[in-house]
Amino acid sequence: MNAIEVSGLVVDRGGRRVLHGIDCTVPTGSVTGLLGPSGGGKSTLLRAIVGVQRVTGGTVSVLGQPAGSARLRRRVGYTTQELSVYRDLTARGNAHYFAALAGVPAAAADEALRDVGLGGQVDLLVGRMSGGQAARVSLACGLLGRPDLLVLDEPTVGLDPVLRRDLWVLFAELAAAGTTLLISSHVMDEAGRCQRLLLLREGRIIADGTPAEIRSATGKDDLEEAFLRLIELGGGAEHAEVAR
Amino acid sequence: MTTRPMLATAARVLSQLRHDRRTVALLLVVPVALLTLFKYVYQSAPPVFDRIGPIMLGLFPFVTMFLVTSIAMVRERTSGTLERLLTTPLRKLDLLAGYALAFGLVALAQAGIAAAVAIGPLGLTVSAGVSVVVGLAVINALLGMALGLFLSAFASTEFQAVQFLPAAVLPQVLLCGLLAPPEQMSTVLRWASDVLPLTYAVDALTEARTATAVTGAMATDALIVLCCIVAALALGAATLRRRTP
Repeated sequence: MNAIEVSGLVVDRGGRRVLHGIDCTVPTGSVTGLLGPSGGGKSTLLRAIVGVQRVTGGTVSVLGQPAGSARLRRRVGYTTQELSVYRDLTARGNAHYFAALAGVPAAAADEALRDVGLGGQVDLLVGRMSGGQAARVSLACGLLGRPDLLVLDEPTVGLDPVLRRDLWVLFAELAAAGTTLLISSHVMDEAGRCQRLLLLREGRIIADGTPAEIRSATGKDDLEEAFLRLIELGGGAEHAEVAR
Repeated sequence: MTTRPMLATAARVLSQLRHDRRTVALLLVVPVALLTLFKYVYQSAPPVFDRIGPIMLGLFPFVTMFLVTSIAMVRERTSGTLERLLTTPLRKLDLLAGYALAFGLVALAQAGIAAAVAIGPLGLTVSAGVSVVVGLAVINALLGMALGLFLSAFASTEFQAVQFLPAAVLPQVLLCGLLAPPEQMSTVLRWASDVLPLTYAVDALTEARTATAVTGAMATDALIVLCCIVAALALGAATLRRRTP
């Protein structure tokens, strides 16, 4: 079963076509990586999936409902590429606020902060935190209420390698417990940690498959080289089929 | 309206302010300092302070809440928090009501302190009573908040939001009857004065200086301002689009 089904999605922003008819699916209970260079349309696709992007054409269905439906708001957690938490509140203040909005008890907020490894710094203002700590506050606020789908836009940017590894372990645990995660990144070495990959370049999906499928289709062991190979091949929609 | 998200939003806004103690101090102290300054600037002509004092008590909350709200909303938009809020179960009405509740309480404190100092040590007389002036001041604060919220949709940076103060607030201050009664203005200016909400707020405050109780005219003025608040909030809600380009 698919948690997300995108069909023929076209998005124009500021008179420019950003997504050229995207077709893709995200299976339930998986960690799917949305990879690709900056400016390729990753954030726009994620915004369309959480229902905050005005779309020109096509359909996006999330957990069986049209993206952005009121009933999805308790079931989808989202962190934007900007921090999307309040810098002039403490970590705890942010988590308790988003807990109140999600309709879960304050204890769940404290638990989410512990899950992302912020147990000791909960009373620090987010504005005084390092980039990595602040990003984890944002992530904790997205975990509240145990959403069925987590859409995370570049959650590991600027984090140190140990922290990044810990977060990917957390993502895998969440997926094992049934949560679907769609995570964007422009760092190719994170691709190997995903069960499934979507490579988005210049508004088109140029690869869609498991890391193993993409490696074998391109004959490259290294995923970064595999993606380079796909791009060199022309990066058209037909190569997405190769990767499948 | 759902109570918990609304109250949580009000608590969140107040908590943000609480972590910014200098802003709180400025919000509470500046009106008192300006009123005191005003009193001594016009020491040789006491009737000026008596006439304008009550109006100033109502103008401070209007101007400060306009500024604070428009900057707060620009921040919500640029930091990604608004986009995120709109993907949560929070309703737009709860968000607006939360802001109104929080800034209404701040305005209550601000106007209460300023009125206490004006009527006590500064010897201002308001026959309708201090509670009427404070009540009108809180209504003005909500008017400032609602206009700030609406206009912030047209500002993409905090710099632009600050520029809306001279652009949208000062003309109202000039035309509201603070400097010259609207009856003495040219026809066109009087029309402009008639359609601006602050005129009615100032009219009610002027009336409160001499009336001994809440009069019908005062209530009508307050009602007009309340209608403008609702209209501005509705326009503001319309600018909080879930889907953006």
